Amino acid sequence: MASLNGLAFVCLAYVAFLFFIAFWADRQASRGRSAAWMRSPLIYTLSLSIYCTAWTFYGAVGYAARSGLEFVTIYLGPSLVMICWWWGLRKLVRIGRSQRITSIADLLSSRYGKSNLLAAGVTILAVIGVTPYISLQLQSVTLSFAIFADADPLREFNETSTVFWVAAGLAVFAILFGTRNLNANERHHGVVTAVALEAIVKLAALLAVGVFVVWGVAGGIGETLTRIDASQIGQWNVDGSRWTTITFLAAAAFICLPRMFQVMVVENEDERHLRIASWAFPLYLLLISMFVVPIAVVGLDLLPAGANPDMFVLTVPLHQGQQGLAMLSFLGGFSSATSMVIVAAMALSTMVSNHIVMPVWLRVQSRQASVSGDVRNVVLLSRRVSIAVIMALGYFYYHLSGGAAALAAIGLISFAGVAQLLPALVGGLFWRGATRSGALAGLSVGFGIWLFTMLLPALGGGLLPAHILRDGLFGFSWLRPEALFGIEGLDPTVHAVMWSMSLNALVFCLVSLISFPSPLERLQGAQFVNVFDHSAGPRGWTGSVAQCEDLMIMSQRILGATEAQAFFEQERMRQGSRGPLPEPTPAFLERLERELSASIGAAAAHAMIGQIAGGSSVSVADLLAVADETAQMLEYSNRLELQSAELSATALKLRETNEKLTQLSEQKDAFLSQVSHELRTPMTSIRAFSEILRDAGRLDEQEQRRYAGIIHDEALRLTRLLNDLLDLSVLESGKVSLNITVGTLSEVLDHAVSAALAGLDRPLEVKRSPEAEGYRVSSDLDRLAQVFINLITNAQKYCDAEQPVLSVAASAADGRLYVDFADNGSGVPADSQQVIFEKFARVRPERAGGAGLGLAICREVMQRLGGDVSYLPGHGGGAFRVSLPISEEKAAKPAREYRSC
Amino acid sequence: MRGQGANLWENNRVSVAAQAAGPRWEEILLMGRHVVLIEDEPNIAEAVRFLLMRDGWSVDAHTDGATAVEVIREAGPDLVILDLMLPGKSGLEIVRELRAAEGMQNLPVLMLTARGQLRDREMAEKAGVTRFMTKPFSNTEVLTAVRDLHAQAGQG
Repeated sequence: MASLNGLAFVCLAYVAFLFFIAFWADRQASRGRSAAWMRSPLIYTLSLSIYCTAWTFYGAVGYAARSGLEFVTIYLGPSLVMICWWWGLRKLVRIGRSQRITSIADLLSSRYGKSNLLAAGVTILAVIGVTPYISLQLQSVTLSFAIFADADPLREFNETSTVFWVAAGLAVFAILFGTRNLNANERHHGVVTAVALEAIVKLAALLAVGVFVVWGVAGGIGETLTRIDASQIGQWNVDGSRWTTITFLAAAAFICLPRMFQVMVVENEDERHLRIASWAFPLYLLLISMFVVPIAVVGLDLLPAGANPDMFVLTVPLHQGQQGLAMLSFLGGFSSATSMVIVAAMALSTMVSNHIVMPVWLRVQSRQASVSGDVRNVVLLSRRVSIAVIMALGYFYYHLSGGAAALAAIGLISFAGVAQLLPALVGGLFWRGATRSGALAGLSVGFGIWLFTMLLPALGGGLLPAHILRDGLFGFSWLRPEALFGIEGLDPTVHAVMWSMSLNALVFCLVSLISFPSPLERLQGAQFVNVFDHSAGPRGWTGSVAQCEDLMIMSQRILGATEAQAFFEQERMRQGSRGPLPEPTPAFLERLERELSASIGAAAAHAMIGQIAGGSSVSVADLLAVADETAQMLEYSNRLELQSAELSATALKLRETNEKLTQLSEQKDAFLSQVSHELRTPMTSIRAFSEILRDAGRLDEQEQRRYAGIIHDEALRLTRLLNDLLDLSVLESGKVSLNITVGTLSEVLDHAVSAALAGLDRPLEVKRSPEAEGYRVSSDLDRLAQVFINLITNAQKYCDAEQPVLSVAASAADGRLYVDFADNGSGVPADSQQVIFEKFARVRPERAGGAGLGLAICREVMQRLGGDVSYLPGHGGGAFRVSLPISEEKAAKPAREYRSC
Repeated sequence: MRGQGANLWENNRVSVAAQAAGPRWEEILLMGRHVVLIEDEPNIAEAVRFLLMRDGWSVDAHTDGATAVEVIREAGPDLVILDLMLPGKSGLEIVRELRAAEGMQNLPVLMLTARGQLRDREMAEKAGVTRFMTKPFSNTEVLTAVRDLHAQAGQG
């Protein structure tokens, strides 16, 4: 008989061996030298066998001994999933890989818009759901110890302390294995290899016990079958609803259990492994369940009534005195328990740390500067603590439930708990309409019902008061945990699963339908549901369900009808297709995409073809690319708009400049034409009279003198005109040099009046107010006088009064000096008041002696002097105002300026 | 007819100091040699008038474009000499109106202008000017032109 100490030593040695295997496998993997078998489908399939926990190892026999063939459902569910639903699993694996999913909580949160609330909820549900399961492992290991303890009279066996030590040992073990290092992709080669090894150990142990029982105890297959027929196991009724329910539960749990998700999706090396596993794993289940019934039957026969059927695998060999086989069997059970606990703890701790601890820590930490090294430590620590807490929860559950329940019953509670994830998971994979709110609502409802109808009753009187169990919640009889809505007579498991799952699914669907998904949810939903369309190739098209006509219509819109038709025709020729349109082959679609992307950008083209050809959705990357391109196009078009605005502004400027130039050119032409005219006129007279004088001999002396006088006058006129032209051109070119001197206004006026009146034959009276002319002027006084002379001469020329009088008045305001020249004639007609300042403008040419440049020159001069000359309307006669800036010495001016006006 | 022309001459605003209307008998000699001159430059008008009168033409000289058509119709001259740029109405307009009026379609019109651009010449011909001369002109040219035009009109 093995002592407990020896047993403990064997356990430790076995664990050390496993640890060595895991360590070695990790090393090999990290060096990239892992052997082919380590990455083979075999390892994957074996690792899936963590489905078979201590519950399967020990409990299945007990299950069979108690309920007959019903235990088969536990194997049937996963087998059905693997055989019939491998494509669903493939989708799960594909999503897991393409989205870098780390756990089932991560998967659901990722699917529903990366909702952390959902992730945390799933994590909590998973922890609570799996806790009974862990407790179950503790119980089975403790029981197996107890069996050996019973056989060891030297030691007093303390169940409670054993459970504690088992829990502590498993926790340390899980921590050592699961959190030894931190991988970005959360893959654990070492653990998977160790788990695969344990799978072989437990299978070998069960097979060995089975073979021993059939051939060693029962005496062959025939004998065994006879015994089975004789026992009640084969005859017990099969309850259809329970069968269906438990098969469904096992199938759901196989998909939803965090540890199963870990090995099946997260640790998956290669999608193709699933194909092998789809038949290899059911085969494994078949092998491991093959001898359950014989062991149960033989155990019931051999062992005394009241012996725990859960331990037949161990007690039958012991009873037969097979110490070695018992030890192997113990190791098999130990393997089942440890592998499950390690992977489950790893998976759960990942979820807890990623979705509960880290978000909280980051929120706290965000207020402080964080060091990158911190995060790693925090993650490791949080995972280790989570594992310890999870194990502690299992321990407490064991205490609460009293450790009395059958293993299978505990396992089913756990299954039903995690099965609540199924609607959200399957809905998320296949239904784009599923929303976060729906998932949250469904999960909450299902979880609530599960708690109320299954977990709490199972925990017994401690947590759920007896009156609720008896009378229902709040005294409502229809809220009795085991007879919801008055439906009685159902098996408690069937009842709980039916209500929780159906209401869960119903609420999930209803809320999904009425709620509105966020954009991110839509995107993720599309990515999940259509994962195969996206991950088939980097950007290739595989689907050929394309509606070529739709493609044609779209292309016509983008490329234009003629070009699109030409392109399609060319493609059709290239394919040698007989139809009117080319076949939507991937090559054609890619060329079309290239063609379109030239017009609308790569991402948009990809998305559009994807819409039609693949029926596929748009990936996040696609959409981002579209957004980028749109932004670029927008910027580009903005730039274009800006440029075009600039262009049109430039064009406008050009047009204006051109108009101005044209105008200038026309003005120049007109000016030259005017000059020519003005020059020709006196020259005509000069020529005509000089010819008359030359040719005609019979002119009297008076005529001769007169004609010579005309020639002289016209010659003077010509000279004056030339002078004026020169003066004007100098003034206009701005090259005039001003000779600034200082004098009083009266001095300038004196000079101007005397100069103007000197050459005049027509009398003009000039009225002045000398007392107002004391202003000091700092200017080109000669030029100023020239302007005054011109104005006085004009008055003399054009004033049509009988006795022409010109009044000259000076005034000052706003820093300017004003000198007004007003005659008593009829003035300048209103429509000509502006024109008179133009070159060659003469209102009454018959009186003009000049060429009409005088006022133009005056204006130019005054503008050069910083002043101006303008016509003053409303003075009765012709009136001009000369304005010019007053010099600093205006103080010299007398204060009586206005009186004189 | 001739008397009216002389009266008009008397009323003329142009101040031609010497050379009043010729003696009576000359009117007979001048039969068919009557010219209306519209020119706003007094010195040029004087020169043309002197030239023509010495060559045996009677000349009515006027400066205003606005009344020119009226004056010409009343005078019924054998020839018209027009400046292009006139106050009141341009020479071109006067020609157009003359050509539109009854009995004046074939009246010879000699246009004298200081604007000698090709465009002006074309427009003048289009308006119905018979001959176009640019200032300054030689006296001989003017006399030759006047004689030619008169001769052509006589033949026509």
